[in-house]
Amino acid sequence: MNKIKCECGHINPEGTVLCEACGKPVEKNQHIDGNDKGKLLNMRYDGSARRSQTYNKTVIDKVWNFFSSVKVGVWLIVLALIASAVGTIFPQEMYIPPTVEPAQYYRDEYGIFGQLYYQLGFHNLYGSWWYILLIALIGVSLVICSIDRVVPLHRALKNQRPKRHEVFIKRQRLFGQTERVSNTDMEAVKENLKKKNYKIYEDHGHILAEKNRFSRWGPYVNHIGLIIILIGAIVRFFPFMYVDTYVWVREGETVVIPETEQQYYIENKDFILELYDPNDERFSEAIQQEGGMVPKNFQTNAVVYQVKGDTVPGSEPELEKIKEGEIRVNEPLKFNGFALYQSDYQLNEFKSMSFKLHPKNNAEDVIGAFTFDMTDPKQEYLLENGYRIVVDQYFPDLEIDNGEPKSKSNYPRNPAFIFFVYGPDIEDREVSFLTIGANINPGNQNQYKLSLAGVEMRDVTGLAVKKDRTLPIFAVGAIIFMIGVVQGMYWQHRRIWIHPKDDGVWIAGHTNKNWYGLKRDFESILDRTSINPPEDQQELS
Amino acid sequence: MDFYTISSNLLYTAFVIYLVATFFFGATIRAKGSAQRTSRAGTIGIVLTTIGFLAQTGYFITRWIASGHAPVSNLFEFTTFFGMMLVFAFIIIYFIYRLNILGLFALPVALIVIGYASMFPRELSPLIPALKTHWLYIHVTTAALGEAILAVSFAAGLIYLIKKVDQSSFNVKTFSLEFVLYMIFATLGFILVTTTFNAMDYQVTFEYEKEGELLTSEYHLPAIVAPYDSEMVTEDRFSPLFEAPSWMEGQEAGRKFNTFIWSLMAGLALHLLMLLILRKRVAKAIQPLLSRVNLDLVDEIIYRSVAIGFPVFTLGALIFAAIWAQVAWNRFWGWDPKEVWALITWFFYAAFLHLRLSRGWHGEKSAWLAVIGFAIIMFNLIAVNLVLFGLHSYA
Ligand code: HEM
Repeated sequence: MNKIKCECGHINPEGTVLCEACGKPVEKNQHIDGNDKGKLLNMRYDGSARRSQTYNKTVIDKVWNFFSSVKVGVWLIVLALIASAVGTIFPQEMYIPPTVEPAQYYRDEYGIFGQLYYQLGFHNLYGSWWYILLIALIGVSLVICSIDRVVPLHRALKNQRPKRHEVFIKRQRLFGQTERVSNTDMEAVKENLKKKNYKIYEDHGHILAEKNRFSRWGPYVNHIGLIIILIGAIVRFFPFMYVDTYVWVREGETVVIPETEQQYYIENKDFILELYDPNDERFSEAIQQEGGMVPKNFQTNAVVYQVKGDTVPGSEPELEKIKEGEIRVNEPLKFNGFALYQSDYQLNEFKSMSFKLHPKNNAEDVIGAFTFDMTDPKQEYLLENGYRIVVDQYFPDLEIDNGEPKSKSNYPRNPAFIFFVYGPDIEDREVSFLTIGANINPGNQNQYKLSLAGVEMRDVTGLAVKKDRTLPIFAVGAIIFMIGVVQGMYWQHRRIWIHPKDDGVWIAGHTNKNWYGLKRDFESILDRTSINPPEDQQELS
Repeated sequence: MDFYTISSNLLYTAFVIYLVATFFFGATIRAKGSAQRTSRAGTIGIVLTTIGFLAQTGYFITRWIASGHAPVSNLFEFTTFFGMMLVFAFIIIYFIYRLNILGLFALPVALIVIGYASMFPRELSPLIPALKTHWLYIHVTTAALGEAILAVSFAAGLIYLIKKVDQSSFNVKTFSLEFVLYMIFATLGFILVTTTFNAMDYQVTFEYEKEGELLTSEYHLPAIVAPYDSEMVTEDRFSPLFEAPSWMEGQEAGRKFNTFIWSLMAGLALHLLMLLILRKRVAKAIQPLLSRVNLDLVDEIIYRSVAIGFPVFTLGALIFAAIWAQVAWNRFWGWDPKEVWALITWFFYAAFLHLRLSRGWHGEKSAWLAVIGFAIIMFNLIAVNLVLFGLHSYA
């Protein structure tokens, strides 16, 4: 490597633009930061040598240089921005009704554009390989970009000397000259600098006053936070870190909780739905606008069991109660790393229906009765006196499709039956078609009739089952990110150089942001001294 | 007087005070000396602004007492709060830079935002279970504050562009700038037509069928466009000129589209009227008033407000939002449109900050970016709520 020795004696690495120690421009490297003779110096990274600006031979160099370019980084961010926006044009797949076929849904709802959207895979954009790749590239860029700059920046800030080269001083954005300065003025300035919390370094009358250097590390800290967040996102793909599934439990039922290796069971003791009182004066107007039904509380009273000992295949496991509690929308029930959240519900499923058999025109004269249990349906029910009911067909969730009865789902939400009635005084059999609120006798010459004698209803609760061990990773990443941005944004690294020149001084100032603040610092520091305030040499407008 | 009435009156008071303060900031243009030096009018302006802000804080507190929850739970409350945070952000930036002219641009933006907010239903509303957590308030208020600080860069950006863009010819730049002003007129137009027809109690109802259900849509503006495949059921009203296209079938899509068209037309009318009075582009007419503005300082304000706003925005709109979502829906991130647009906003300002690392993006380009950033924020605040569907939709 070709080290560069500056006239001040400091040895700089190859690619240095401004000497780390005295700031003198290294003649042959000025093109790197676009410095133009006579104009202001580019002070980003203090003109220290960056790998990306120095080597460009091997493939590794080229990849490194590509990813350490802020231009590339901004492009990646802009691409991610555009892609994210495209994903909001139509709803993502997870937000469309779960019962419909996506291909059909997008075509029916959004026409030709919807179809195209679906075919391009935009219905699942945020999970697509190219979106994930884009985010991953931002991550790579972040890492390389930060390493490319943080080490040299650290070197430059560590090695800087109070005594700076004249060219360096003169070509700062804030620069001022004063012909004649008394010693008392210099002492006053130093005193004022201290009052303003500047740290003062002196070398033979040359002064460097500096404050808030730590804010320079802000971007690197925040980038580390971002990288931790990205790592958290990667780790989510592993099931021991992250589980997200769902379980439906009917009142009174105990079912196994999925994704727990059959170790945990849950019982739904009761599901409760409360509504806001529509007569509540405060909210009555808004409640009426909502049609009178504004839910106030969803709640499941649940018990969690753990399997005790080894389970023998085929036999019922022995359960031990480990937790009992109420699950509400913002209040999950937690056990051993898992959490159960109230997510959905289904009111009034039928649990059982009771029927009675009687002569067609005398409902009082009951011949026999039976109960159809939805959880334990039988083919046949024997009544007294030789009467017998055979269940020909059972539709849990009746729907009439082109005149044909069908079941929409397997859940007993709108049950219907076709019963055959046999009896000693019945020739062959009688057919009864029963739905909620209707009894249709297809033949109409039946002697006997089946009537609904009672129903038992129950609610079903939908619980999300979650385990998320990645949360701490995201939390740590977010906290580090916030520390980093605040550190970088709410403080600024300000430096003031005082350079004795003949009987007077040159002064210069640099800050990484908030020049207005630095100028105000100068005003109060030079207040009541004979030193002229520096001029702003930037020619922006 | 009950708390609800007090709160309404306080909001009204704040609005009027902001308006008066704007005129005082306007008067500073005439004052002698540099634009930044303290002038009597400027001092009165900032004192009034602060009093107005206190009045609006009073509105916020009394409304909270009246409803039992922080008043950021529907579109009216949230947008009003955003307006209040805009004023607060302006006050902060004012005390850093003491640039009077900023008040002349920032306060009208806040006024329009508050005016816009009052066009939505203003009665107290109850909270659905998912909203019942303190994280909601923390998230919404911090996000609004962050967005408001970022929005100050828009006000500064406008100043920069109106002063800087060469108005001697009609070109893409002058057109774009005039278009930005047109959007402000369109918002004013929205407020104007809504208020007018509300005062007249105008109403026309449409019926249409969706998934076998008969739905009605009630317009409070004359119908230019009817809901898709609908029938007008109110007698004696203008018949609509056309129907909304079939793909506009979200909730109340026809009515919203109709309001949108009205706003654009009323905005156009206002803008044309201004052009007629001024006999030149509005930006060109304002330009000479800004002759003493120091562009370097305005550029710094653009950047500084982004630098100050970005961390607050990140905390409120992403981190607190994630915590809330985790508490309420047990997933801290769900790719719902509102979340995605917060992410887009964040990406945008991250890109802005990185572009500032290179010289070429200071000044005018930054100013344009500040305008675009504000457009994204407003899109997220308004369009995502009204147009795209989502969990957060307040309306
Ligand atoms: C969404 C992702 C990113 C976010 C949120 C982010 C955030 C930030 C922030 C807030 C700053 C401070 C800016 C300032 O002080 O004005 C910064 C600086 C910086 N970022 Fe990023 N960044 C991201 C991605 C990247 C990428 C991909 C690169 C690589 C090209 C990159 C390179 C830099 C550099 C070089 C700096 C300046 C460091 C310095 O001043 O010492 N950033 N970033």
